Amino acid sequence: MKLPPFEYACPTTLPEAVQLLAGHDGEAKALAGGQSLVPMLAFRLAQPALLVDLRKLADLRGIRISEKGVALGAMVRWREIEDDERLDTAHPLLKAAIAHVAHYQVRNRGTVGGSLAHADPAAEMPGIAMTCDAEIAVVGKSGARVIQAADFFQGALTTALTSDEIIVEVSLPAWPARRRWGFEEFARRRGDFAMAAAAVFYDESEDGKARNAHVGVIGVADRPMRLPAVEEVLNGRTIDQATIAEAETATSAAVDPQDDIHASAAYRRALVGTMVERALKRAAA
Amino acid sequence: MRTVNSLIGSPIERLEDLRFLRGRGQYVDDLARKDMLHAAILRSSVAHGRIRSIEVTRARALPGVHSVITAKEIGNRVPRVPMRLQPLPDFERFGQPVIAETKVRYVGEAIAVVLADSPGIAEDALGLVETDIEPLPAVADRHASAEDRSLLFEEAGTNLAIRFRAVRGDAAAAFAGAPYVRRERFRTQRHMALPLEPRGLLAEWDAARERLVIYGGAKVLFFNRRTLAKQLGLPEAAIEIVENDVGGGFGARGEFYPEDFLIPFAARLAGRPVKWTEDRRENLMCINHAREAECEVEIACTREGTILGLRGHAYVDVGAYMRTNGAVGARNVAQFMSGPYRIPNIDIDVALQLTNKTPVGTYRGPGRFETDFFRERLFDMVTQDLGLDRVAFRRRNLVSKQEMPYQIATITPFESKDEFDSGDYQATLDRCLDEVNWPEKSKLAGKLIDGRYHGLAVGCFIEGGAAGPKESARIVLERDGLYSVYVGSSAIGQGLETVFAQIAADALEITIERIRGVFHGSTSYVNDGYGAYHSRSVVMGGSAILDAAAKLRDAIRTWAAQRLNCQASAIEIVEGVKAVGPGGNSIALNELSGESISAEGAFLNKKHTYTYGAHAAHVAVDPKLGHVDLLDYVVVADCGRIINPLTVHGQTVGSVVQGLGGAMMEHLVYDQDAQLLTGSLADYLIPTASDFPNIRAVMLEQHPSPINPLGAKGAGEGGIIAAGGIMANAVANALSALHVQPRELPLTPTRIWELVQAAPR
Amino acid sequence: MSVRFRVNGREVDVDVEPRLTLADCLRHHLRLTGTHVGCEHGVCGACTILLDGAAVRSCLMLAVQAEGAEVVTVEGLSNDADLTPLQKSFRKHHALQCGFCTPGMITTAHALLSEEPNCDAARVREVLSGNLCRCTGYIPIVEAVLEARAAYRPKAQAGDRGGDRA
Repeated sequence: MKLPPFEYACPTTLPEAVQLLAGHDGEAKALAGGQSLVPMLAFRLAQPALLVDLRKLADLRGIRISEKGVALGAMVRWREIEDDERLDTAHPLLKAAIAHVAHYQVRNRGTVGGSLAHADPAAEMPGIAMTCDAEIAVVGKSGARVIQAADFFQGALTTALTSDEIIVEVSLPAWPARRRWGFEEFARRRGDFAMAAAAVFYDESEDGKARNAHVGVIGVADRPMRLPAVEEVLNGRTIDQATIAEAETATSAAVDPQDDIHASAAYRRALVGTMVERALKRAAA
Repeated sequence: MRTVNSLIGSPIERLEDLRFLRGRGQYVDDLARKDMLHAAILRSSVAHGRIRSIEVTRARALPGVHSVITAKEIGNRVPRVPMRLQPLPDFERFGQPVIAETKVRYVGEAIAVVLADSPGIAEDALGLVETDIEPLPAVADRHASAEDRSLLFEEAGTNLAIRFRAVRGDAAAAFAGAPYVRRERFRTQRHMALPLEPRGLLAEWDAARERLVIYGGAKVLFFNRRTLAKQLGLPEAAIEIVENDVGGGFGARGEFYPEDFLIPFAARLAGRPVKWTEDRRENLMCINHAREAECEVEIACTREGTILGLRGHAYVDVGAYMRTNGAVGARNVAQFMSGPYRIPNIDIDVALQLTNKTPVGTYRGPGRFETDFFRERLFDMVTQDLGLDRVAFRRRNLVSKQEMPYQIATITPFESKDEFDSGDYQATLDRCLDEVNWPEKSKLAGKLIDGRYHGLAVGCFIEGGAAGPKESARIVLERDGLYSVYVGSSAIGQGLETVFAQIAADALEITIERIRGVFHGSTSYVNDGYGAYHSRSVVMGGSAILDAAAKLRDAIRTWAAQRLNCQASAIEIVEGVKAVGPGGNSIALNELSGESISAEGAFLNKKHTYTYGAHAAHVAVDPKLGHVDLLDYVVVADCGRIINPLTVHGQTVGSVVQGLGGAMMEHLVYDQDAQLLTGSLADYLIPTASDFPNIRAVMLEQHPSPINPLGAKGAGEGGIIAAGGIMANAVANALSALHVQPRELPLTPTRIWELVQAAPR
Repeated sequence: MSVRFRVNGREVDVDVEPRLTLADCLRHHLRLTGTHVGCEHGVCGACTILLDGAAVRSCLMLAVQAEGAEVVTVEGLSNDADLTPLQKSFRKHHALQCGFCTPGMITTAHALLSEEPNCDAARVREVLSGNLCRCTGYIPIVEAVLEARAAYRPKAQAGDRGGDRA
């Protein structure tokens, strides 16, 4: 499975990178960590004429935490998220989700931007982006724009990015200290793509009832999904056993997964309900 | 201080580790030749079709491409992959041409070979070969196969390759009068050995000397050389096959594959060395598959639990061709369904059905893994029905040591008889129950604790080893006083260099440092070698080494007698260093002759050894996730004589984990068009370090084998054999309140969840 | 393209196609065949090397991406004179059979122990779950890595851990 032939460029500025992508009429691809793209090349599922390596672009680095929230540069690697202690409080849900990404070696190279751009339906970062109303800042030949997560993921391995656009950073809104949250995933083996996973959070009113509930799931559709029907079950209620049970049922009813070689549709439908149930149990504990 | 005769039985750290740990192993892809060409093979993406044309002009024209070989370049009669084991005439019509001629019969079948300056260019060129293949209806499973509507071999008129039958006593009579009968259907899935190193070959043709050297051999190099010589019209002596370091075999690597002809042929045609390395995608669709079997089987018992008979029909999906050992697994399914148990009346037939899938071959414990699952599941169902204790039932029916040697069912059409050599099957069962703490743990059986159901299972196994007919060894006392050991056995990671050094050193009464090395596998090392299969290396290679050592010591005594002027019988060899005569005068061994002294030895054998034992498992099943947490797994095995406790224990644990992979997650999935859907390691799942951390193995040597001088039995396959039956029984036990009865492997989360959903309430 | 980087402490300069992976560059251009290729799609871990100290899958990197980097392979974690403590521990625990996954296990374990000499068994299993082995069943590998922790703790001598490495 040797890689197909391509040309390679390693620009030092963002405008240069955009120029290179734009100049190749859709035949150029950005190379970030390579953990998703290179296997695709190895299987010859993609045969770009040019790879544009983003590793020298300083604009894409760094984790910035402010009162606005958490901003992750596109080239932030999973390892940096793991190692950044500030995120334990600044965004514990992000950290919990990223703990499930692949394996040790992949986590040293894989990037936030790469994962978002690749848009695997069972990947954790797109799931977090959807669940947390992330904003994805991109730059292309027409300039800079911000894409809401809800508009970004358009299908399996398909995003709103045009062929000349590069993700610069993804912003997650500020995370209040008392927020309740949970993340549950089940994969065939540790580090495999999720058969289903759920990311949930809610804030509590003074009377102990939930509000602002966000329920996101991955692995059960061609893209990460938020489940407003389930959020409706939670908002305004105490998150007790009865509510959680109802949320589980509502989750299974809200999705329409497909059969594949790793799991049947019926199993996935039940599994994602269990993931939401268990995530809520954690959140409420 | 005795430093000699103490190596057998010692946990000597392995000699081969010194290079492996430093990354200095030499596997075939590590080799290079300056002017070598790289080969890439175009493989059919159609499962069944008639080849209308193959157009190679564009591929040939790609810069860096040297040539493209198809059936046309090979000639009128493309050679067939031979059958090495059970070569019945029935199979010849189903032999595989080494390159597709008129039809393609499975996804992955070789259609063309591209030779180029680099592997990348060779692969680029594959995309430029244009094939026009008229698709034919794909035979995707054994049912479609048996209909004989779409035939893989039109001239044969059938997709049934053969039917074997295992018979003992009179099953019809036993069933007629049986107080209790239970009939069931079971299924095991297609999976494979998946050695971590993909296959590869480097072939060099010396036109001046008319000599061919091939690197990358494994397992059965001598048979492969014989085969290739016939196919190329060369004398055997003109071909040398070299065994480098080998990254695992498990039965699949080393058999004669189409590439074993194509690459040497290409080297001869091109007049340059040709190197081929398989990639993982190819490996998944080209190396022998295994294990796909189904059965409808009935057991007859007394109500107290004595087994009266076992009968039924089994079906093995053998893929598109009968290759070198494609019949072995199927034969074993029938012949070994009784396992280590006394079943006086047996009548099991097994049909080998051809399908448009990758051909099958042996994979560790071939046929035994499948048939153990069938039998042990049946046993637990029976005991549940009759209200009997699962342990007592097994104990009652195990072959006892007084009954040894115990003859098992005879398989036709071979009329080959087989018998268990020695052993106390009860003792290993008892020890296993002890190790797992069965009395305490069984209290948890079926209980729901923290959302998980706990389950226990125990089962017994036998594993056959030491296949004959022969193995050869040669030991050389070099002029510097060190000994070199040459043996026809093949290394595939089982630590032969160390284990054989231990055996040789003890036999020569020297310390292990006096052994320069153990040279294995390559055809230049011994005249008549056989290789590594059916767990035979210690028994066959080891015994051949004993014979060679004895003969070498005789030769040394003869030399010394001449030099010391006395009778050979009066010579004493001291610590492998000097020879001492009756008068006390001595001579250093390496001064005996101006040249080295060598001796050849051999061991001939027609019987099998049977390592045996028991497995037990404790699981906790999450019914919502369908996840099985393996809390404890114990295997106890008696292998007759332990040469190196470290290596035999290590192989057993590794074997168990492979078995667990087969029980829980490994599956080569085909769709209804016989397209292979599991084309990468992201889809074909094998165990990782986090999956099964709780495995214990206890190796015993209480009942040596009477059929070889070492008393050893072949080992290494027992760990895998029982894993399927054990895990399925443990899950059934755990979910007994939900009336879950697994009848099919693998036990994936989906399958377990579906069983929970489907179970009657 | 011309690429310059350091391998096992020595500077190298190679001229390669952009599509050549770092794994293939190490194995075939630099003749460091200790790094093995088992899948070429980033799953098996046999190709693991250290890039600027971090364990990475060299089959998923282009050689041209190694420009200016410090690469350490299993050869760089070895010396002729003796086995390192990690290697000795592997040998003692029989943590290898065919040896094909072993270089990847050694480099990964070395990276882990260098950062986390007090890691526990669960952490070792988690980290090694990205390295496939078909022979050993992993248990002896985990035991070997755990025993080798002592050599990586601060009290150990600086020269104890390995051969030449960046």
